[in-house]
Amino acid sequence: MITYKDLIFEISRPGRIGCSLPESDVEAVDLSKKLPAHLIRDEAPELPEVSELQLVRHYTALSNKNHGVDNGFYPLGSCTMKYNPKINEDVARLDGFSRIHPYQPEATVQGALQLLHELQEDLAVITGMDAVTLQPSAGAQGEWTGLMMVKAYHEQKGEKRRKVLVPDSAHGTNPASATVAGFRTVTIPSNENGLVDVEELKKHVDDDTAALMLTNPNTLGLFEKDIVEIAKVIHEAGGLLYYDGANANAILGKTTPGKMGFDIVHLNLHKTFTTPHGGGGPGAGPVGVNKKLIPFLPVPRIEKKNDLFVLNVNEPLSIGRVKGYYGNFGILVRAYTYIRTMGPSGLRQVSESAVLHANYLRKKLEPYFLSPYEQVSKHEFVLSGSKQKKLGVRTLDMAKRLLDFGYHPPTIYFPLNVEECLMIEPTETETKETLDAFADVMIQIAQEVEENPDIVLNAPHTTVIGRLDEVKAARQPMVRYEKETVQT
Amino acid sequence: MTSTFRYLPDTKEDQKEMLSFLNMSSIDELFSDVPESIRLDVELAIPEAKPEPVLWKHMQRLAGQNVTANELPMFLGAGTYDHYIPSVVNHMISRSEFYTAYTPYQPEISQGELQAIFEFQTMVCELTGMDVANSSMYDGFTALAEAASLAVAHTKRSKVIVSKAVHPESRAILNTVAAGPDYGVEEVALSADVTDLKALKQQIDSETAAVIVQYPNFFGSIEDLKEIDAIVKEKGALFVVSANPMSLGLLQPPGKLGADIVVGDMQPLGIPIAFGGPSCGYFAVAKKLMRKVPGRIVGQTTDDKGNRGFVLTLQAREQHIRRDKATSNICSNQALNALASAVCMTALGKTGLRKMALLNLEKADYTAKVFKEKGFSVLNKSPFFNEFVVELPCAVTDIEEKLIEKGFIGGFDLGADYGEPNQMLIAVTEQRTKDEIDQFIDVMEAATK
Repeated sequence: MITYKDLIFEISRPGRIGCSLPESDVEAVDLSKKLPAHLIRDEAPELPEVSELQLVRHYTALSNKNHGVDNGFYPLGSCTMKYNPKINEDVARLDGFSRIHPYQPEATVQGALQLLHELQEDLAVITGMDAVTLQPSAGAQGEWTGLMMVKAYHEQKGEKRRKVLVPDSAHGTNPASATVAGFRTVTIPSNENGLVDVEELKKHVDDDTAALMLTNPNTLGLFEKDIVEIAKVIHEAGGLLYYDGANANAILGKTTPGKMGFDIVHLNLHKTFTTPHGGGGPGAGPVGVNKKLIPFLPVPRIEKKNDLFVLNVNEPLSIGRVKGYYGNFGILVRAYTYIRTMGPSGLRQVSESAVLHANYLRKKLEPYFLSPYEQVSKHEFVLSGSKQKKLGVRTLDMAKRLLDFGYHPPTIYFPLNVEECLMIEPTETETKETLDAFADVMIQIAQEVEENPDIVLNAPHTTVIGRLDEVKAARQPMVRYEKETVQT
Repeated sequence: MTSTFRYLPDTKEDQKEMLSFLNMSSIDELFSDVPESIRLDVELAIPEAKPEPVLWKHMQRLAGQNVTANELPMFLGAGTYDHYIPSVVNHMISRSEFYTAYTPYQPEISQGELQAIFEFQTMVCELTGMDVANSSMYDGFTALAEAASLAVAHTKRSKVIVSKAVHPESRAILNTVAAGPDYGVEEVALSADVTDLKALKQQIDSETAAVIVQYPNFFGSIEDLKEIDAIVKEKGALFVVSANPMSLGLLQPPGKLGADIVVGDMQPLGIPIAFGGPSCGYFAVAKKLMRKVPGRIVGQTTDDKGNRGFVLTLQAREQHIRRDKATSNICSNQALNALASAVCMTALGKTGLRKMALLNLEKADYTAKVFKEKGFSVLNKSPFFNEFVVELPCAVTDIEEKLIEKGFIGGFDLGADYGEPNQMLIAVTEQRTKDEIDQFIDVMEAATK
């Protein structure tokens, strides 16, 4: 199957079908009598025509050309590629969750609303916040939602603050979300220890500062030890502190963004709370806030009134709706199931184990790769491929070589402030044996760079396809199948 | 830390070995960088862990407290529709090589996902009549708001005009989004069940970046896109259409009627109603806007041996490269549901999609006809697809419970959003049989007397 190369359109034959639909039991409608001619489709869309087995073989063949967490180790930094529990999938597919309509009367969806309400409460505890909205569909949407609340908060006080501070190690979504929310981004450089430079920060904080966005531990996997002082600096200037929860897998039950002094938090349920990444989504990015921001939370809000769960849409200071209905409900069901599986001590052990694994793997690799920072790591760590670069082999090449051993490579070339960066997040769900085996392969690759660099430079050797020409893809974009241009 | 949790493999021995390798004596040392003043000294105050069999029962109990579309025939739509989903869809998206993968950053081991999305993009282009489609958006509502923002950025104009016949949640989200870059959002009034084109002509001006309509609109009526396009183009604005993809099995695609951007929600094609999410927005544009599109796009290329392959492309638009200059902040999308709808479109195929769309139209047509025979007024003056508005002699809220008691989930109450408490928006999909329809109308008749 691995040699299968066809597009679904190329195996299509007129007259085949992959579904069975009932015949109409009502009167036929003559479209030409109902609609003006120019609104009736005159050319059918070229959807594939295949039998059900052809369909199944096609998508099965495609799945065989894909690597997921279930296939093997996936230490993609800042993405928290941990195990996606199977019971979560089964629960989300229960008819009582998957066959209910968002506009059904509240009385007929009390189980769903109760689940959402409990999840809001749990996430508030986990983050140390006072209230949570479950609506945002992803981390980036959570960031934007949070920043729109920041904006509303300052405007309510009669202030129009325009500046959002973002460290240079931040995820790209941070500055992008700030722009979409109508703010101007100011980048704060990290110091030589990989942490926010507090003195540098102070220079940029003023009465135009709306918020500082911070990931803690940051994307280098380091805990921002000066967080208490940073919070003080921002708050004294009247700004707010935003917590990017992409790295929350390091802190469950150990500390909370609330304790650190943050005012707003988003979590990525598809990272910390085991909901699957789905090849890019759907995820969920709930946002927690402390008391002073509660009036600005999006609507609808899920509340409990006299033993009934209700949807409240009447909040005059709310920023409004941010997402259709009540968020990515099916994802929220999965995260709830996970939290009930783990309980308080389980979640704490998740972070303890995630941090132990990162430090263990880091120390195993440090003799072979440049490790730029001394501070103990949290759930992930960075290495630099700068030693190898001097020998003519880049981090990209080493990443491709890892594919030959069945591993998904770490995140590469991010954060931007580390040369030839490799960002490794092993997660708590991997065994020590897996960490040891991965370390052995990394060490082997480091040796190959010295002794036989070509094997690394020409990697991968065992994948279904070789290195792809990304420049060509961008210069001559071919972003859909067209019959005329088909090549074999 | 021991192996009492099935997702945590470390044994006591493993932990001891790793700590000793690190020259540490306890886990606490790993957290020595967290200032003591902010450490948690008690466990999180959340419910205790439940063993899997206990948890399963708990989840079934919660699920059981909801009334499902399996139990009661559903005449509720308003943006989310009860369509049949072929069994193959769930089987294919349950291949864990797909659902446990991240965004396909490493193309050599992600060809399956990349090709599936390339095929999805192609199908969206086919349906909408557009040149380029991205790999998905959060949902149809947020896709519409992104289209408005794209138009404002592209035309450098200061406002968008949106029809009141566009879904109320789309308009609400658009207003939230517009408050960021601070562009204006004007609504065009209704003329009966469609956009008032006279009003549109008066409102549109040289500061209008886009005109946004829905096709079929929120009331199920089919807007005349050709007429609207003429008004839009005269002022040099972009024409944005939010379209129900299933209806496009029958309706002329917006791309052929002048649309510059077509957005919508793939939910009708292979995605469960699931309390409204996750669904899957789609976003398609004319070629001239290709480099302004938000989110991921998959493109075809070749490998070092000339073999066809697929990669994420045109990434210079995106947040991980452009940061604060990106066209959008979107990162995670709804890829797995894009896959679901691609599988569904493959199962339906060219003829099945048309047949399913026609079943919807015919059943809605029949239902409206019987409502009229029973003395109800149907308010749609324009042709409609699978949804229409019925005027009741009483408030919709008065009969909601009665309908449930009699075994039906009724339509959408237009009271809150349109100030019409006696009007019910009724959706009829291919799932509804003639018997169910006849019984529903009998129950409606009895309930409103």
